[in-house]
Amino acid sequence: MTTNILLCGVGGQGTLLASNLLAECAMEAEFDVKKSEIHGMAQRGGSVVSHVRFGERICSPIIRKGECDILLAFEELEALRWTEFLKPGGLVITNAQNILPMSVSAGNAVYPKNITQILGQMSVQTISVDAIGKAKELGNQKCLNVVLLGVLARQISQIKPEIWPEMIKKMLPAKLQELNLKAFNTGWNLA
Amino acid sequence: MTHTGNRAFLSGNAAIARGAWESGIRFASAYPGTPSTEILEYCGTYKEIDAQWAVNEKTAMETVIGASYGGARSICAQKHVGLNVAADPFFTVAYTGVNAGLVIVSADDPGMHSSQNEQDNRHYAMMAKIPMFEPSNSQEAKDMTIAAIKLSEEFDTTVMIRTTTRISHSESIVSLGERETTPEREFVRDMAKYCVLPHNARRLHTKVEERQKKIAELGCKSPFNRIEEGNRSIGIITSGISYCHAREIFPDASYLKLGLTYPFPTELIKQFAASVDKLIVIEENDPFLETAVRSMGISCTGKDRLPICGELNPDIIHASLAELVSKPMPTITPAAKVDIPVRPPVLCPGCPHRGVFYTLRKLNCTVTGDIGCYSLGAFAPHNAMHTIVCMGASVTSAMGIEKAMKEKVHGKLVAVLGESTFMHSGITGLIDTVYNKGRHVTMILDNSITAMTGHQQNPSSGKTLKGEATKSLNIEAMCRACGVTNVHTVDPFDLKLLEDTLKEALNDTEPAVIITRRPCFLLKDYKPQVRLVSINRDKCVKCGMCWKLGCPAIEVSPEDGKTVINSALCVHCGLCASVCRPGAITQAKEEAK
Repeated sequence: MTTNILLCGVGGQGTLLASNLLAECAMEAEFDVKKSEIHGMAQRGGSVVSHVRFGERICSPIIRKGECDILLAFEELEALRWTEFLKPGGLVITNAQNILPMSVSAGNAVYPKNITQILGQMSVQTISVDAIGKAKELGNQKCLNVVLLGVLARQISQIKPEIWPEMIKKMLPAKLQELNLKAFNTGWNLA
Repeated sequence: MTHTGNRAFLSGNAAIARGAWESGIRFASAYPGTPSTEILEYCGTYKEIDAQWAVNEKTAMETVIGASYGGARSICAQKHVGLNVAADPFFTVAYTGVNAGLVIVSADDPGMHSSQNEQDNRHYAMMAKIPMFEPSNSQEAKDMTIAAIKLSEEFDTTVMIRTTTRISHSESIVSLGERETTPEREFVRDMAKYCVLPHNARRLHTKVEERQKKIAELGCKSPFNRIEEGNRSIGIITSGISYCHAREIFPDASYLKLGLTYPFPTELIKQFAASVDKLIVIEENDPFLETAVRSMGISCTGKDRLPICGELNPDIIHASLAELVSKPMPTITPAAKVDIPVRPPVLCPGCPHRGVFYTLRKLNCTVTGDIGCYSLGAFAPHNAMHTIVCMGASVTSAMGIEKAMKEKVHGKLVAVLGESTFMHSGITGLIDTVYNKGRHVTMILDNSITAMTGHQQNPSSGKTLKGEATKSLNIEAMCRACGVTNVHTVDPFDLKLLEDTLKEALNDTEPAVIITRRPCFLLKDYKPQVRLVSINRDKCVKCGMCWKLGCPAIEVSPEDGKTVINSALCVHCGLCASVCRPGAITQAKEEAK
């Protein structure tokens, strides 16, 4: 059984750290793991995506359209952009945040309204959380990524719950651990 | 990257660096370029590897060639187009061979995620007659780096490792080993080998051809070229990332999985082809392996069905060869019936380049661009560029446009490039411009770092790759030494001064240089003075001046059409305040506490 998780967002939101943590946790849980993302030009405020796949043996690092189990979206428009990767009945976890692309902020395009509703009408399950609000409550909106990781972790029964905080401690510098452990627990209890 | 026991989760680039360390490499050099950049950055994390940023790919390669001659196992790495810059030494080191092992990495970018073309550099290996490895995952990236060093010393040849973006930037599990300690190799005078005078080079070429045959034979026995037995009704020849994608679609087929791809292991290919019913060659971009297979008189399916343009992925392979695949295409979740606005990359809030493009647009200049963050000046709303070709071409192509169009572009023509690109290959163009009596303006956007590739030090930043202090190149003095009399330095956030200086430079009949100097806003140690920017929306008249800046923090309200400043994104650079006509946006005079 292979588990396919696609993380998407806007350059600068911290999707890369979240996908690193996820992949390392899957490795700790003794799965074969592959992760693929594109660095470079797209990072500058552009649309970013990470593919994380784990299971007994992983060949391609890229998730096929229609085979993604969980889409973890850091931004609502990005959730909509990547839904075709989801398998029928797959799960979208989305941070209820809107970041306007340049075309919208310049008034040349329209940001779709009621994305949660649009997702609700599709053949997918949806969990929408105010992760950015929770991150701000924790005093640092940069921990948005770990709040969302907590929401995601709750949905992944293949990885034992205790692995997540262990790996957060292992991978993050000491001064960031307390905040991120709190952020993870907040996310875990959010949905 | 974490290390768990003797395993680690590494990108292809990190794995190549690990392989470099384990194989006893002592010297590494490169110019940054996506997707190869991190190879040198990771090499720099090992204290035993002397890793350095070079001015360009040619100097990097020549330096590692010297290091190999001098007895140190060495590596250089570049993106595919970087190998064009280094092609001159590349072709000749194929003749001289090496002293200590020498590995050259070419990181290609199928799909052009961050590049200006998708040239397939496997052709370089064939053209230069240099053996080539193509890893399929991070473990192979490490193993092949170690094998490449061995092959290099055993056969007295440079060895190329060709990755692609999906290998360089994908991560997978790697078993770690220890570093091999190697005795230093003495550098002895051997003019017949190291001095490529024609009479020596003729003999060396003969040696190269003999070496080619021997390595092709070795390739038939190499563990990196293996037949994976499966159902013989379909046989697939593949390499690199394409192997991983193909395995998803044809899990039961027979495979000839090639890793030491060049020189072609001809006998192995023939043997495999004869053992299967239908032969398919699956590879990204050009029909490199396929042409070799066909030249042996073997018929196969390949680029008649699979695309040449863009990256491959399992979906494309499945759709291209659908009738041969036993499972159906996955059911795709139908897309929502709404328009989804695109989200291309943008200049960051606080970017020092923003004011430059605003001014170039305002003065309606003809702009030749270059490779770097400022390439984003070609996107809306800036639309401030006419051409982008390759590293350094802004200056020289401006010169050519001037030669062709003469007075039609006089007073309008500006070449725009960053300081790192200027040192890479803009300097030669500037000398050319002065020597051949050009008069266009060259703008050097100096943001104190090589930014687009993720902040690498360069010769004017005052630090080495390892973070040590070093001399810093004086760009103004360099331009004057090239013969430019009018060298101006301005703060790109001082829009009035920038505009006045540009007008003066454009009116000049001699070539002028304007250096716009302000650090990249994302630079770690950069702590600019913050004076808060605010908006009085009652005063906003929707004139749209601030929208022309293309700042992600400036939004148009869908309710009243007036400007909104997104406080989560704004970094208070103040550029919008300086263009706001009605005085709705203002910046505090005092520094924020």
